[in-house]
Amino acid sequence: MITLDELLEKDRRREEDGFKRKIRIGRIVKPGSGGKDKIIIVPTTVEEKFVHDEIHTGQDQGEGEPTGGTGDGEEGDIIGEQPVRPEEGEGEGEGAGEGPGEGKESDHELESNAYELGKVLSQDFALPNLQDKGKKRTLARYVYDLTDKNRGTGQILDKKATLKKIVETNITLGNIPDISNIDTTKFIISPHDLIYRILSREKDFESQALIFFLRDYSGSMGGKVTQTVVSQHVMLYSWLIYQYEKQVETRFILHDTEAKEVSDFYKYYSYNVAGGTKVFTAFKLVNDIVERENLARDYNIYVFHGTDGDDWDKEGKQTIAELGKMLNYVSRIGISIVEHTYVGSKQTEVEKYLKLSGILNQHSNLIKMDVMDENADDSRIIQGIKNLIS
Amino acid sequence: MELVSQHVKGIMEECKLRARDQGLKFDDETLEYIVTNRDMIELSPKVMIPTLYDYWVHDVRVLSGKGMYEAYPSNPYETVINTRPAISFYNDNNPDWLNVMIFYHVLGHIDFFQNNLFYKNTWDIDLTGQALSDKRIIAQLRSEKGRWVDYAIEFSRGIDNLVGYQKELNHTIMNGTRRQLSRTDFYFDIFLQRIKNVSHNEYLKEITRFNVVHKGREDFFDQVVSLYPEFEELYKKEATIKIKPELDVVEYILQHSSFLKEDENNWIKSVIQIVKNTSLYFQPQIRTKIMNEGWASYWHETLFMRDDRICGHESDFAKVNANVTSMPKVGLNPYALGMRLFEHIKDMEDKGCYCFDYIFLKDEIKKKNYNQSKNSGNEFILKVRENFNDFTFINTFVDQEFIAGYNLFVAGKRFNNARMSWEYYIKSKKVQDYKEMIIDTLYHPPEIFVDKAGTKDGVLYLNHKFENKPLKMDFIENTMMGIEYLWGGPVHLETSEPVTSGQTATNLPNFWDPASVKTDGKKSGPVKWKRMVYVMKNRKLSKQEV
Repeated sequence: MITLDELLEKDRRREEDGFKRKIRIGRIVKPGSGGKDKIIIVPTTVEEKFVHDEIHTGQDQGEGEPTGGTGDGEEGDIIGEQPVRPEEGEGEGEGAGEGPGEGKESDHELESNAYELGKVLSQDFALPNLQDKGKKRTLARYVYDLTDKNRGTGQILDKKATLKKIVETNITLGNIPDISNIDTTKFIISPHDLIYRILSREKDFESQALIFFLRDYSGSMGGKVTQTVVSQHVMLYSWLIYQYEKQVETRFILHDTEAKEVSDFYKYYSYNVAGGTKVFTAFKLVNDIVERENLARDYNIYVFHGTDGDDWDKEGKQTIAELGKMLNYVSRIGISIVEHTYVGSKQTEVEKYLKLSGILNQHSNLIKMDVMDENADDSRIIQGIKNLIS
Repeated sequence: MELVSQHVKGIMEECKLRARDQGLKFDDETLEYIVTNRDMIELSPKVMIPTLYDYWVHDVRVLSGKGMYEAYPSNPYETVINTRPAISFYNDNNPDWLNVMIFYHVLGHIDFFQNNLFYKNTWDIDLTGQALSDKRIIAQLRSEKGRWVDYAIEFSRGIDNLVGYQKELNHTIMNGTRRQLSRTDFYFDIFLQRIKNVSHNEYLKEITRFNVVHKGREDFFDQVVSLYPEFEELYKKEATIKIKPELDVVEYILQHSSFLKEDENNWIKSVIQIVKNTSLYFQPQIRTKIMNEGWASYWHETLFMRDDRICGHESDFAKVNANVTSMPKVGLNPYALGMRLFEHIKDMEDKGCYCFDYIFLKDEIKKKNYNQSKNSGNEFILKVRENFNDFTFINTFVDQEFIAGYNLFVAGKRFNNARMSWEYYIKSKKVQDYKEMIIDTLYHPPEIFVDKAGTKDGVLYLNHKFENKPLKMDFIENTMMGIEYLWGGPVHLETSEPVTSGQTATNLPNFWDPASVKTDGKKSGPVKWKRMVYVMKNRKLSKQEV
């Protein structure tokens, strides 16, 4: 049996022959209890033919396709209803009866599948602005470097450290009576104060990245928009897991008029709620978390936000303010706006105020915005990711 | 994959005897195989034909089928393929009573395959053998031409829904002859309109005269001949001309493509032929889904209910049967609908309701109590299964009695803004609406033909007959690119598209709530259409208004 890799390799060769690729990576979501849906990665393809289509005039939004039915009742009777969004239900709280083992298991399933998907995507992306920052996690790899310090002997004199030490000693000796008028010639220099760097074995640390996923889950996000945003974030997440394996930490934040952090990608992925939208709350929460946990020192911080572009705060004053704060520490903010088809060519609020503020141009290296239609297909979504991390 | 045990085969043979007693007709030989679910997943992309040619799309389907199975495991009871002998696939571990029921169902399918006239062209082909030889040809070509074989398959499959299925069927059933051209037809259809080009007014006058003369004894053509002495001669000439059947798009490309005529591309013709034949083979199946499933379900119920082997398993049967043949509250189940309709037809015919007396009855009570005790329903439905396809079946036999008798309705779905929910409601209980709704779900590929006038200077000009529906736009580019490749030159496609008003967005008073647009109470007017031409040239697509 042919494997997915072989199929994709074949698909890649289509481009050499001047044809478009045809295999898409699809996801089947197996609903699980407690919101722990299982994602199964499968290839899909469409065989294009001339076929009839429904007429899309965009005017009959409120009416679905008719179908058959049986039962009692008269014309006009309502026979059932289905909420537009699944009940939040198990959303709040962790769910009492759920054992940790079970949770871990399904996490693992997502990770291994996400790993596959990430592998497919990884050829296309790399994180931008990745800098060497603080070191927290270790890898069992050693390099030799002049990092350790030694008093008295060593390979290279650490001038700054030595000077400090000398000043320290001389303060204790009372050689610096007046700090505004220091006479260095009176300094006593002890050989013991000379500080050298010596060659030493070091554990190597890779740059740390922390990704915040932010998603608008307000009332306006129903249907395809959420699917598209979630698709994009699933891909991003999958790719990150693959590419930066253990080096990437992720945090998930949902918002409507308030923002809240959720503990894992499942919750992030599956929660729905009806409510208004205040975009700034999510950014504010990120700023708060970063400040409270002092994350900016140790991590490259990336923030990805998915929304339909709707915001109660039409001028976006608060949002821009929060974004401004964020720009002081982030490596990249990627905002994807998925437009409802019914919006047409009109710009959404978020898009408008972001453009108006000029923030996109002033910090073009740090903040990117990508606007797509809710009907975007996988290749468009991937293109979107490229835009965000370019 | 292995044959069923002798014991199980014995059950099947027993079922055949009882089914024949009821008037079903099928060949003696059948093959039954036990397959695993994994086999099923691997077979289904190949429409269950184990010997079908290899193609990467099948592989993609298998992989996604496996994923699907992981998420939603399912256990199909049976699958039958229309081969000689008929082959059917089963899961292991069915208890005997269930096998009896399943075998009746399968025999229903086999009977349908072997008697319905729409399958006539599949009766004399050994499909598995044919497919095997095709598979070898493809494998051989692939070893010579590499991945270009896959492109050839892809592009051929891109137009495999435009094969002239009805045309070929007509040819077989009419035995290659065409209806004798009558004088009257020639006079009105060809002579007056095409040769003489008479005015509309004159044409109508002639029709009136024809109707008047028709009642009397006078010969209508006396006056014609005296007016146009050349008429007789022209008629004789026309009547002897054999009209060449119009070529469908696939045939036209096969015969006229400059690209395929080149020696080094000749092999592509065999690929197209294979794809075309496979498609033709499955056309009747797609067009008789409701009937075929309904027929099989009707018989498994009818036959099993009077079979003594049901004893002790009545409630088990009821449960399994209900799963297969219950009518959903909302949605369509072809098994259930077809079965109910066959039951309804039998009932109506038994009472002798298919006659003018009944149709002209105005009194509901009299209608209800109408019964001529004809009891010819059984023979009648056998005729129906022979001569109808889904469209004619639904269009002919779904009547108000059927709708009322089974409490059927067209279910609508609409958005309730206040409750933020989709509401399902009874949209209509009128037979016309119900028919329309079902017919809308039937397989109906667009009618696209080669426009001879436009096809010149190396351009292939395709014309899409307007049937109130646009083509799926996303698919046009790749399909046309494939045709361009096979044709070896630019391809034009004329089709209709709805004109969008472009003001949908401003209609929305409430941006984050699409549903509130309904509060406008504005009904969208009739859709305006315009004719467009898509042009595919050098793998680039452009479009312009006609």
